[in-house]
Amino acid sequence: MATTLHSLLDQLRETRAWKSVFRRGPALTNRTRSQAVFGNLFLHWMPVKVREKSLAVRASYYLGSISFLLFLALTITGILLMFYYHPAVPQAYRDMKDLRFVVSNGVFLRNAHRLAAQLMVLLVFLHMFHVFYRGGYKPPHEFNWVVGVILLLVTLFLSYTGYLLPWDQLAFWAITVGTNIMSAMPVIGGKLRFTLLGGNLVGENALLRFYVMHVVVLPLIAFLFIGIHFWRVQKDGGLTVRSKDDGKE
Amino acid sequence: MTEKNKIETGFGSDAKKNPQRIVFVTRKTSAKVTDDRGPLLMTYPHLLLREAIAAQILTVAVVLVALFWDAPLEQLANPLLTPNPAKAPWYFLGLQELLHYFPPFVAGVILPGLVVLALIVIPYFNVNIEGAPIWERNPARHFRNYVAVIVALTVLLAAFDAWTVAAPTLAIGAVLIWSYFAKSEASAAARYFRSRPLSWWLMTWFVFVALILTLVGTFFRGPGWSWVWPWRPYGA
Ligand code: HEM
Repeated sequence: MATTLHSLLDQLRETRAWKSVFRRGPALTNRTRSQAVFGNLFLHWMPVKVREKSLAVRASYYLGSISFLLFLALTITGILLMFYYHPAVPQAYRDMKDLRFVVSNGVFLRNAHRLAAQLMVLLVFLHMFHVFYRGGYKPPHEFNWVVGVILLLVTLFLSYTGYLLPWDQLAFWAITVGTNIMSAMPVIGGKLRFTLLGGNLVGENALLRFYVMHVVVLPLIAFLFIGIHFWRVQKDGGLTVRSKDDGKE
Repeated sequence: MTEKNKIETGFGSDAKKNPQRIVFVTRKTSAKVTDDRGPLLMTYPHLLLREAIAAQILTVAVVLVALFWDAPLEQLANPLLTPNPAKAPWYFLGLQELLHYFPPFVAGVILPGLVVLALIVIPYFNVNIEGAPIWERNPARHFRNYVAVIVALTVLLAAFDAWTVAAPTLAIGAVLIWSYFAKSEASAAARYFRSRPLSWWLMTWFVFVALILTLVGTFFRGPGWSWVWPWRPYGA
């Protein structure tokens, strides 16, 4: 069974249609395997070859990869949630109720988005600490560490702006408490808070602003910096590997 | 390519006339190439396969948990009804715990600002790059300085009654002081702690304090930010 499937796939890869899409036949030689990576828009930022040692689980625990996969999962579930959500008071809260009682699989959709969001914050922290303890910030990786710090802040802001959107008590008071702290900043604190909230209180304007930040501005910034981050991993010569790591898992 | 047609840029592209530095030999290193990073494998299929497996495991795990755990939803937002306590998301509860002890300007602006700044500059300090074991150079002098810092920090934290910060600080400080007197041959723990660099101690202190503050903020704080036990629910 497995072999029939395999040979079927191989035959498919020999067809003109396949080749017209992927610009190559089956990847049987190292040359075509390289092309499979650098000739593909979605993979071209990866190196063509990687250190055997950097594939070992303990080299990264795939923490960075999982952070990115969570970002993708959040994008997909987030877009689906947007079909049902209005950033308006009190409609936003009614939409949450609709997700629970009216929309098919609405509960699951919201659970998955919320869960992935919590996990992403956790995983990004774990990734940072892991990179630190391995010495992954050392030259030539210095700047990628700084890009990472930016990604950490963007991740936290993404999570924080999303927190307001359900417009329940939890959301309202968490944002009220958080933005009140900003007022403690000398000179600009009050103005900054006013700009963020579009007013002096957490209200309709704040909800709209947080929504736009959450679904457009911050995801774009995150996407941009994740791109830089991955590209620099490749340009800096791949992951830091230490002589005591072995390729075994 | 004729030199005549070139636009004047101030530097030439002839390597013999304009030599470039190609290697920079820093202290205690040599120009010898010592690559022990091991063999290379093709990204396709070796890395991509592993990424695909990671994606599948993650998807199954998230779907399973999302089927059984429910995202919280409370009453409609009401500006006139302040819940007590009003808590931030979990990753900010460490900060909220700090706000309990220090004025908002210190806990909400200065301290987080310093943390971000400290993170950014980590790779630009040579002590963090070289990573020499903490007691390798001038142990007696460093020991005196570190003890002074630990004592000063403890006094400062005590002055603000910030004991949930002071306790983990003292714990890490105690291990640091112990590692100074311990003999490397005595135990695996002694060998481990004595071989850690300063950057390791600082980060571990930070992680430990942040962890304790977040746990306390999440589980041990109730109305008016008073101390509660998680197994004895308040209100309800
Ligand atoms: C959205 C958040 C982030 C994503 C998606 C991400 C993703 C990744 C991935 C996929 C890698 C390569 C494989 C691995 O180590 O897992 C990596 C490496 C790296 N990341 Fe991140 N990262 C994020 C945040 C951060 C943060 C917060 C830091 C540190 C402040 C950081 C610093 C680094 C560094 C220095 C490397 C190179 C490690 C080495 O050479 O060993 N990243 N990141």
